[in-house]
Amino acid sequence: MLYARLILSRLAKAVVVLFLIVIFNFFLIQMAPGDPAAILAGEAGATDEEFLRQLRERFGLDQPLHVQLWRYVSGIAMLDFGWSYRQQMPVLDLILARLPATLLLTGTAFVLSLALGIVAGSLAAARVKKPSGSLIMALALVFYATPLFWVALMAVVLFSVYLDWLPAYGMVTVGAGHTGLAMVLDVGKHLILPATTLALFFMAIYTRMTRASMLEASQQDYVKTARAKGLSPGVIQRRHILRNALLPIITLAGLQAGQMVGGAILTETVFAWPGIGRLMYEALMQRDYNLLLGIFFFSAALVIVFNIITDLVYRLADPRIKEGS
Amino acid sequence: MTATDTTSPGPVLSLRNLTIALPAGADRDHAVEDVSYDVARGEILCVVGESGSGKSMAANAIMGLLPKGVRPVGGRALFDGQDLLSLTEKQHRQLRGLRIGMIFQEPMTALNPLMRVGAQIAEVFEAHGRLNARERQEQALALLTEVGIPQPEKAIRAYPFQLSGGQRQRVMIAMALALEPELLIADEPTTALDVTTQAQILELIRDLQARRDMSVMFITHDFGVVAEVANRVCVMRHGRIVELGDAETVLKHPRHAYTRALIEAIPSDVIPEARGAETDTALLEVTGLNKVFRSRGGLFKPAREVHALRDVSFSLVKGETIGIVGESGSGKSTLGRCIVRLERPDSGHLSLSGTDFMHLTGEALRRERHRVQMIFQDPYASLNPRTRVGMAIAQGPIANGVARGKALARADELLELVGLGGTADRFPHEFSGGQRQRIGIARALALNPELIVADEAVSALDVSIQAQILELLEELKQKLSLSLLFITHDLRVAAQICDRIIVMQHGRIVEQGPARDVFLAPREAYTRELLDAIPGREHELADA
Repeated sequence: MLYARLILSRLAKAVVVLFLIVIFNFFLIQMAPGDPAAILAGEAGATDEEFLRQLRERFGLDQPLHVQLWRYVSGIAMLDFGWSYRQQMPVLDLILARLPATLLLTGTAFVLSLALGIVAGSLAAARVKKPSGSLIMALALVFYATPLFWVALMAVVLFSVYLDWLPAYGMVTVGAGHTGLAMVLDVGKHLILPATTLALFFMAIYTRMTRASMLEASQQDYVKTARAKGLSPGVIQRRHILRNALLPIITLAGLQAGQMVGGAILTETVFAWPGIGRLMYEALMQRDYNLLLGIFFFSAALVIVFNIITDLVYRLADPRIKEGS
Repeated sequence: MTATDTTSPGPVLSLRNLTIALPAGADRDHAVEDVSYDVARGEILCVVGESGSGKSMAANAIMGLLPKGVRPVGGRALFDGQDLLSLTEKQHRQLRGLRIGMIFQEPMTALNPLMRVGAQIAEVFEAHGRLNARERQEQALALLTEVGIPQPEKAIRAYPFQLSGGQRQRVMIAMALALEPELLIADEPTTALDVTTQAQILELIRDLQARRDMSVMFITHDFGVVAEVANRVCVMRHGRIVELGDAETVLKHPRHAYTRALIEAIPSDVIPEARGAETDTALLEVTGLNKVFRSRGGLFKPAREVHALRDVSFSLVKGETIGIVGESGSGKSTLGRCIVRLERPDSGHLSLSGTDFMHLTGEALRRERHRVQMIFQDPYASLNPRTRVGMAIAQGPIANGVARGKALARADELLELVGLGGTADRFPHEFSGGQRQRIGIARALALNPELIVADEAVSALDVSIQAQILELLEELKQKLSLSLLFITHDLRVAAQICDRIIVMQHGRIVEQGPARDVFLAPREAYTRELLDAIPGREHELADA
């Protein structure tokens, strides 16, 4: 009941926010220099005014601004994101074709970084001031400080070029025509390097945060109470310290999850992963405005969705929030 | 009661020459030095001392819960014949919760905020491999019933934040008693509670102790509490035992000067004669003040309202000290915050020497703010740790246009006045709690206020420090003819310093009158209830 009401109210707010984002994005792009028609014409080698005028007319670019805005907004309301001038395809089809690949990559990285980060952080907290704990923290620092693209390139050099264990780029083996389980395995093999690369940075952050948060929680009075009950250190660590320490992690995880659409540009580029990140990069270079706007919309929507999910998870994890809200 | 109890009347616990070392760099070498005492079967031993006396350290050593870096270096702690100090962590763990239970001071933080109360009690059985899941819940329910929680069937499914401080402390007691330990260690279990709740918890502990014939080691700083519960008393100071003996003797005929000082520091029924106010012109006039806190409702949720103040009226004459007394949630702090205009009252009238203080806003309010100043409760949190204390005091005057040099010179004078001369360039962490509260007083005085509102200004301090601060306030009052609004939950403190007393409950004034009348002839039932709840009141303590 409570959750239904909460979700409803959040969704209502989300619609308003999305609407504002759409309008904001529209004007942002209008302010950018260069007109898609001029660029299209330029690439076609034609420079005469008549051709430009025809192009503008065809895409509605000659209409007054408010008409363009109205067309765009009403189009989005019916899930019509317009036409990509460059790719000669509907924007929605382009995005939907690339979205699964990106979500597979970022989702895997998300789960991986969260799980490994929390485990590593807990171990480091339990072994504070011991060599093994320090080693975990040193590794976390290295992953935190090393640029992502460099890790990616080195991983390719080591695992693909030198050891030849894993494919260096792409999502499927081109021309292999795998189906069923073979295809899943093939994609899985391609996924390992980019997902791990992408996960390392956040894993490092989760490790550091989990450790700090657990050390803080272990100073709390309720931990002393738990010890006074005669509970074993393992139970205290899991049930009392870790559970309380996870609360700030949820906030961070929510932030990371919100970046799932747009956060993998670098990784997708290095590993030639056919995802949204690369699509966005190309759209940016080619001033493919409708496509850019479409991608912006999807990233914003995903951020909002994950914000709502984060709030719900928070309520599940911390009973105190329910009444306070 | 088993046969062994009668045949071996030896103590449950004996400390023999216990010495506990503090880490290098602490203000002394040993937390506890050469301490020996026994806790006999079926008795309540009170270990009394002020903060830093080492009274809790021995208890932590017994439980094997010493903080990192603190370790026992000598002596023995014999429990049922075995030396607790020589146990491995695993052996110690088997005793904790099973044969020795412990409850702590802060019921707000001592329970895991994310676990249901029932699960936290059931954990005690789980820790020692007793019963199955369903039986554990049944036992938890039985325990909650035994410790007198209202609606135990509901409470068992509650999270700690849904319970009051007193109820949480009952949960803690239920947990500590789950496996019927022979020894219960209670570390300041009632210090954080309201006076009426404290009385109930003390009664519960006494009652359970008698019913289960359990031994209790009760750690406290309050001789009033000692008078209520103790069979025997052990007074500690600077890590050593000052006096040890049975409660009756120690309370009535304390041999050591320190014990006497501690007992005297408790204001008993000594009530100051109300001094005639210097004038009868009202300084502060409060009429029909109301304040409602509303939690903002959203699109889908209803708003909630709390009436913090309902139709509060009183007036304060220049040079007078009024005590506002009430339990938590009575609205006394809201009243104080309204008077210094940190909150804005919803309706009513508030005037200071004829100035309408209620409707001032913005710049006009800022200009008048210096006329009412506040001393806050927590001397640790109310000073900016990165500001030197001289500057902390001078900031107010500087903001009001006094030249920097002049304000700092004045800060020096004020520090001198509160007994901390020559310390202006130090940082807050270099001072003790009592000293910080002196700084807080100097800060309030810096703006030459007409009225000072002291919100629980001595509640966080040890009794002897409390007495010193109250003395200082009294002295400053005479010297500077201050008017004081003294907000406190502690009737004993109010009795010491106030000319008049206002008793508040649920946002209303229940009773007001001269301190003497309110104490000796309370008219309202609630005031009587508060007075009766004061620990040690019916007991004759040593004469001052």
